Amino acid sequence: MPQVSMTVNGKAASIAVEARTLLVEYLRDHMRLTGTHVGCDTTQCGACTVHIDGKAVKSCTILAVQCEGAKVTTIEGLAQGDKLHPMQESFKEHHGLQCGFCTPGMVMAGIDIRRRHPNASEETVRHELEGNICRCTGYHNIVKAIMHAKM
Amino acid sequence: MYDFQYHRPASVDDAIKTLNGTSDGKILSGGMTLLPTMKQRLASPSDLVDLAAIAALRGIKADAKTVRIGAMTVHYDVHASADVKKAIPALSVLAGGIGDPMVRHRGTIGGSIANSDPSADYPAAVIGLGATITTNKRDIAADSFFKGLFETALEPGEVITAVTFPIPKRAGYAKFRQPASRYAMVGVFVAETASGVRVGVTGAGPCAYRVKAMEDALAKNFSADAIKDIKVPSDGLNADIHGSAEYRAHLVNVMAQRAVAAAK
Ligand code: FES
Ligand code: FES
Repeated sequence: MPQVSMTVNGKAASIAVEARTLLVEYLRDHMRLTGTHVGCDTTQCGACTVHIDGKAVKSCTILAVQCEGAKVTTIEGLAQGDKLHPMQESFKEHHGLQCGFCTPGMVMAGIDIRRRHPNASEETVRHELEGNICRCTGYHNIVKAIMHAKM
Repeated sequence: MYDFQYHRPASVDDAIKTLNGTSDGKILSGGMTLLPTMKQRLASPSDLVDLAAIAALRGIKADAKTVRIGAMTVHYDVHASADVKKAIPALSVLAGGIGDPMVRHRGTIGGSIANSDPSADYPAAVIGLGATITTNKRDIAADSFFKGLFETALEPGEVITAVTFPIPKRAGYAKFRQPASRYAMVGVFVAETASGVRVGVTGAGPCAYRVKAMEDALAKNFSADAIKDIKVPSDGLNADIHGSAEYRAHLVNVMAQRAVAAAK
């Protein structure tokens, strides 16, 4: 089995996994980082969104071996101790979650949206969220949270 | 997904050598189609040859006449490229409308073209601009590249290395999105190029194709009005629960008009 090494949330990881292991499986099953969710497993819902070298990707649609040497950030890597990331703070502030299932993906996608569009308008945020589905349909406050996060 | 052997060669030559040595190997570019297909066990290659480590396959180079895009360049980078925005704004728009932001961070132009998905966006631009597809073996003209449903002129052991788009006088792209998947139900890329007006259609037929009647009308008068009465034949067009062949034929006309109106 290939030995796959990457940096996850600032820490070095090196695990022997089958080549077919998806990044999300590497994170959840092998590293026990279960904050990254699997909603659809078919590249549609965005619940599995993580950052690879600073860019949002769907971790259910990339192999762990493709991430050899990459820097991966998951929802667990955002807060500094007790201090939430501004995007997490904003989701709390604007009540951007209901059941919470889509939330890790929404937060990771939200950070990526604001990285690319620092002053994103409501329209931009809605458009950019097309790859993230909230089954509670709580988009209104998710959009607000992303727009108003104090990045 | 069935297991496979993974390879990550550092050069195109090594990639081809590795591929030729496998029993049923496939090339992996962005994986946005191949990996979902493998998850569904519709594909079960013995080996995956990942092109990600080949730096020469990435990047965008523009000169006065052309924009050359490396096969492994991701959609987001094409969309965001200042060179592309300046030379062929419609191509930037097209790349920025593929899938969603996460998909655009991974999916590549080479992968999209090699796959020849009937609803993929890039083939419309390749046909509409009359691009040249460069492989490890030869240059292939757009008009002889797409052969049918998921079928191209690529031979076994042949891999796309770059796509070169001539810079048009003006061009526009309009697509009608399948509301759930965001794929093009129909997408039309219209360009006024040095060698005449070209109209490339995706989503409607088994693969991207040109509409000669519209090209002729637009060559005389480049306006939406000039094509509004042109009926596109529905024979052989795609039909599914989302739309009949007649509906798609109608959409070709509507999208072509919008593409002309958006052209710059
Ligand atoms: S679980 Fe990855 S997109 Fe839904
Ligand atoms: S909060 Fe329940 S899925 Fe989004």
